[in-house]
Amino acid sequence: MILGGLRIEKRLQQRRWLMVAVPLGSLVVAFAAIAVILAATGHSPPTTYRRLFDAAYLADGALANSFIAATPLAFTGLAAAVAFRMKLFNIGAEGQLYFGAIGASGMAILLAGQSTPVLIVAMVIGGAVLGAAWGAIPGLLRAFLRTNEIITSLMLNYVAALVLNYLIFDSLSYWRDTSATGLVFPQGKLLADAATWPVLTIGSLAIPFGFVLAIAVAALIWVLYSRTRFGFEAQVIGDSPRAARYAGMRTRRKIVAIMCLSGAVAGIGGASQMGDFRHVLDARGLQQANYGYTGIVVAALARYNPFAVVFAAFLLGGLQNAGYTLQSADFPSGLVGVMQGMILFAMLGGELLVQFRITFARPTRSVPAPAGPSQ
Amino acid sequence: MNTSIVVVVLASAVAYGTPLLYAALGELLAERSGVLNLGVEGMMLVGAVTGFLAVQRIGGPKGVVLPAAVAVAALVGAAAALILAFLVVTLRANQIVSGLALTILCGAAGLSSYIGNDFDLPDNPARYSFGPVNAFGLEDLPVLGPVIFGQTWLVYASWVCVLVVGYYLSRTRPGLNVRAVGESPSAADAMGISVTKYRYLHTIAGGAFAGVGGACFSLALTPQWQDGLTGGAGWIAIALVIFAFWRADLCLVGAYVFGAFSALPLILQAKGYTITPQLFQALPYIMTIVVLVIVSSGIGKRRLGAPASLGIPYVREER
Repeated sequence: MILGGLRIEKRLQQRRWLMVAVPLGSLVVAFAAIAVILAATGHSPPTTYRRLFDAAYLADGALANSFIAATPLAFTGLAAAVAFRMKLFNIGAEGQLYFGAIGASGMAILLAGQSTPVLIVAMVIGGAVLGAAWGAIPGLLRAFLRTNEIITSLMLNYVAALVLNYLIFDSLSYWRDTSATGLVFPQGKLLADAATWPVLTIGSLAIPFGFVLAIAVAALIWVLYSRTRFGFEAQVIGDSPRAARYAGMRTRRKIVAIMCLSGAVAGIGGASQMGDFRHVLDARGLQQANYGYTGIVVAALARYNPFAVVFAAFLLGGLQNAGYTLQSADFPSGLVGVMQGMILFAMLGGELLVQFRITFARPTRSVPAPAGPSQ
Repeated sequence: MNTSIVVVVLASAVAYGTPLLYAALGELLAERSGVLNLGVEGMMLVGAVTGFLAVQRIGGPKGVVLPAAVAVAALVGAAAALILAFLVVTLRANQIVSGLALTILCGAAGLSSYIGNDFDLPDNPARYSFGPVNAFGLEDLPVLGPVIFGQTWLVYASWVCVLVVGYYLSRTRPGLNVRAVGESPSAADAMGISVTKYRYLHTIAGGAFAGVGGACFSLALTPQWQDGLTGGAGWIAIALVIFAFWRADLCLVGAYVFGAFSALPLILQAKGYTITPQLFQALPYIMTIVVLVIVSSGIGKRRLGAPASLGIPYVREER
């Protein structure tokens, strides 16, 4: 290795406490690294961190806003976790979320006049179906034509963004507000009041319905992966495709199924955007939010455990909310993205500690290499 | 369609293909050594923003500032790649997730945006930018003139890079060592080649190329800065390496084909065609998928040219 006296050995047994300690330690390392960047660009790290924490959790209404920011991240995080766990690198949650939003708002416009429960079910189904359909494309290509899903799912994000732009800015589509003002200032149709999802209030705490839905989805995914044959086989295929083939597992079907599931979860995230927060197919707003990419950070921070994903989404949602609140000259946009990237890096580096044991050999005098050719 | 639009398309294909070419050459070097770096988009963006920052802030004549800015972009791209190399070579982290992490850290909503906003770069034109250079006075030749002899220095330099990288990988001792490291690191290790050293150096060199590719955007194609300036070019470059069967000369061909796809919507818009713009804007992304499917399902069934241990960390004890 690079450092003398350092040995890295594979752990035979994974330590349980490390699985909690490593993500927490990674956060500490990441924030230390970000402090260096802040100081280098002339911002005071302690002040910035205090303001960040205030704006994320302590200030008036901050907690509610953090839940709002956490909800889409919980969905995209779960979408990434479902697929990454099978080593299917679906980076298309961004586009699948757009399609979910298109499906859900389409249903809400179609069924305007129905009651709220009907609309919620219709929107969730609409979002899940279109999200799954968009996720199925890279899934089918990977399963049947062996095309790398990383690049195809990512390219489809750009295509999905262009579809959104087309629907709202360059056509008189079903989703576009075609009233007089809507023709001058392109925007989506405003959904009916009944299509607004409820907010659950516990004491003074307001939790969006979508967040609760995300917890339910997390539970389903947990059951799928730890209590069903399907989930077990998916993990075997991810860990050792050859073993799975010898055992007669249907690899192709599972690849398509998992990609559809991942897309569906992201799509429900899009539905929640429509029902919980935006109430209008907001082409520009959805594209600026970067929910899909942040979901990858969330999933990695949670080490792909579905319940941990919800918790990680809450942490990163707070960060995102604070970044949005504080955005100004001395808190430029992009800082939150830097923090997310740093957290992910620290997390990946920390993974070494979970998988390997690092021992320091007794410091030995470096012996000069023997002269002449060695065997 | 008259001849003039054909010439414009060809000339723009070369201009818009150049950032793809630089980034693909860089990725080629990294992948040949066995490191799959998915952080190209992020490295291009930090290269683009720091190159632009350098042009705005470094004093001096144009002939000094512009090369200095390209050098800055290359250095910053290399520094970003160094982080990835540490993670995947020394810490043996998963290369796919690490590359994504690099893109998130540096990308459109990350470090590149932070630098751009912190130094107040958006919405200002570049003080200097690379303009067309009339090479050997041949620009006035019909067709070939504007396509080949009326390009910027960045384009001419990229041709030299293709030759150098192609020669390096196929005709020199270190280049052959790189390929050994990418194909069979254990055999290379047994031969006394340092796998760690080769992977570090080539990942870093790849980052420098990606940084220059990013600078092609901010210093030549669209001489200004805005968040997400490269628009997915880094990802297309990664796909290009696959289309090019890991060969430098084919990277050039592929880059110009995709340069044409990228330039087409802009040209049509400028010529006043009002067909649905999104259809043409989606072209490079859709064509990337289409070509990738063709390559991976047909001729590429044996993964023609892919380094055998691409994406696999090398652990000496686990041979």
